[in-house]
Amino acid sequence: MSVEAKPDTKASRRATPPPGSEGTLMRRTGDWARRGPLLPALVFMIIVTQLPFVVTIVVSFMDWNAYYPDERGFAGIDNFRRVLTDANTRHAIWVTVVLTAGVVLLSLVFGLLIALLLDRKFRGRGAVRTMMITPFLVVPVAAALLWKHALYNPTYGLFNGVLKWLFGDNAPQPDWISNQPLWSIIFALVWQWTPFMMLILLAGLQSRPLDVIEAAGIDGANQWEIFRYMTLPHLRQYLELSALLGSIYVVQNFDAVFTITSGGLGTANLPYTIYQTFYTAHDYGRASAAGVIVVIGTIAIATLALRSVSTLFREETGR
Amino acid sequence: MSGQVTIVTGKKSRGGGFFLGGLAWIVGILFVLPVVWMLLTSFHTEEDAAKNPPDLGAPLTLAGYKSFFDTGPWPSIANSLTASILSTVLVILLAFPAAYALSIRPVKKWTDVLFFFLSTKMLPVVAGLLPIYLFAQSVGFLDNIWLLIILYTSMNLPIAVWMLRSFLSEVPVEILEAASVDGANLIRTLRSVVAPIVTPGIASAALICFIFSWNELLFARVLTGTVAQTAPVFLTGFVTSQGLFLAKVCAASIVVSLPVLIAGFAAQDKLVQGLSLGAVK
Repeated sequence: MSVEAKPDTKASRRATPPPGSEGTLMRRTGDWARRGPLLPALVFMIIVTQLPFVVTIVVSFMDWNAYYPDERGFAGIDNFRRVLTDANTRHAIWVTVVLTAGVVLLSLVFGLLIALLLDRKFRGRGAVRTMMITPFLVVPVAAALLWKHALYNPTYGLFNGVLKWLFGDNAPQPDWISNQPLWSIIFALVWQWTPFMMLILLAGLQSRPLDVIEAAGIDGANQWEIFRYMTLPHLRQYLELSALLGSIYVVQNFDAVFTITSGGLGTANLPYTIYQTFYTAHDYGRASAAGVIVVIGTIAIATLALRSVSTLFREETGR
Repeated sequence: MSGQVTIVTGKKSRGGGFFLGGLAWIVGILFVLPVVWMLLTSFHTEEDAAKNPPDLGAPLTLAGYKSFFDTGPWPSIANSLTASILSTVLVILLAFPAAYALSIRPVKKWTDVLFFFLSTKMLPVVAGLLPIYLFAQSVGFLDNIWLLIILYTSMNLPIAVWMLRSFLSEVPVEILEAASVDGANLIRTLRSVVAPIVTPGIASAALICFIFSWNELLFARVLTGTVAQTAPVFLTGFVTSQGLFLAKVCAASIVVSLPVLIAGFAAQDKLVQGLSLGAVK
């Protein structure tokens, strides 16, 4: 799962033992002295995150349902076949893709536009920035409850309340969640993730070399040209970083799906489906097979994403 | 970061400046509005909270908060505090030496190690949930706050390693080496050169780790019961009641979000550093 990244020259220079410590024994003890501080964290991570996954792979090839303990045994690729041919799982894969892509793309676009607005000087800029990050600081479960009950609810939610204010008693009173279950979840999440994208992109905007941009302005480049040819290329790595980090969190989303629709109305994503297979149906073999499939999919996407994000950190470490 | 001065580029933007400033205000208000609405509703009676169209001028009351606290949320809030604070301390204790071994005196292939840490964040937690559940069940470790502390530590350790490494790599190694020749200088260098660079990094990492642990739902929901239940699990559990409950839910959401809101507002710049894994300073 590791991705090759070229170590920068400064670090490789440091990694070679200093002159005077010749001899393999000396070098070996030196290596271990370097590794020592790393080992507790590394061993901890391998035991807590990698070992369970190995067990998941083993269980994925087993017939194991907690309701039928006598039938435990080797199942071959049966679980994988059942998972991949199951219409519910296929739908869950689709929901996961739509949910992740929808939330990440929409929050990136909104985040970029708002970051551009906030990159300017205006009265009360600090206050607006504080207001903008508030959604991200609401506990995700609380945010999901807020959207479900205080905003979307057809009889006393704010959205339908506003419609009544605007259009009187005959105003339409749609049942938002039943009509558009997946979009209801996506919008609640976009509200929470736009501030996240905005914060990283705003930091990117503020690290632009302003003298170069001013020079371009003096040379007659207009606002759009400056944005297209100078700001956007500079922001690219920040866009990639925020998209990668956002995807890592949104693809695993459980809180919003669990709270807003309980996976009903065709909104169950993979994390929720696996949770249900294991927690409600107690089909351990099948839940594990689904887990393995999710991991394979994530590795494929993450390897691509890591490659691009590693350039950002290489530049940073190369300073 | 917020202190950084931004120069308005070009002359044309001054004309539209007023308009764009106003637009920024409108967008900011739209984003904060649901939270303001939640706050206002939490101070209304259940009858007023359920009115449609809403009654903005309804008398304010603490009844929603009272009925929330009557359901006994304190044990779950205490559990959340325990799990979040202890796992954050553990994360920093493990991450700091690791970050040192990845920056100041780097091991060979340190970039591979760094990306191994990040890659564990990409393993969906659901994929490891079942073995952890079965293990905890077999050794009688279910519904135990220490199980959550260990899992939250593993969840946040990669983030902290990345962040702290990013900060430690700014420490000028040459000065450290020169100072280490005589001991008196070393302590002074640590205090005057290293501490100012590293302390903000530790603060950012701790803030982010605390927030993510406090927010976590899936592990807590599956692995805890009545004893070690955390605040988010408590929140999901009490909406099942019959009758009107909107003011109570809003009050509960405000109370549970309060620690994160306070910490996040107090340290906005640390938030950016933490969220970007230290890539943005």
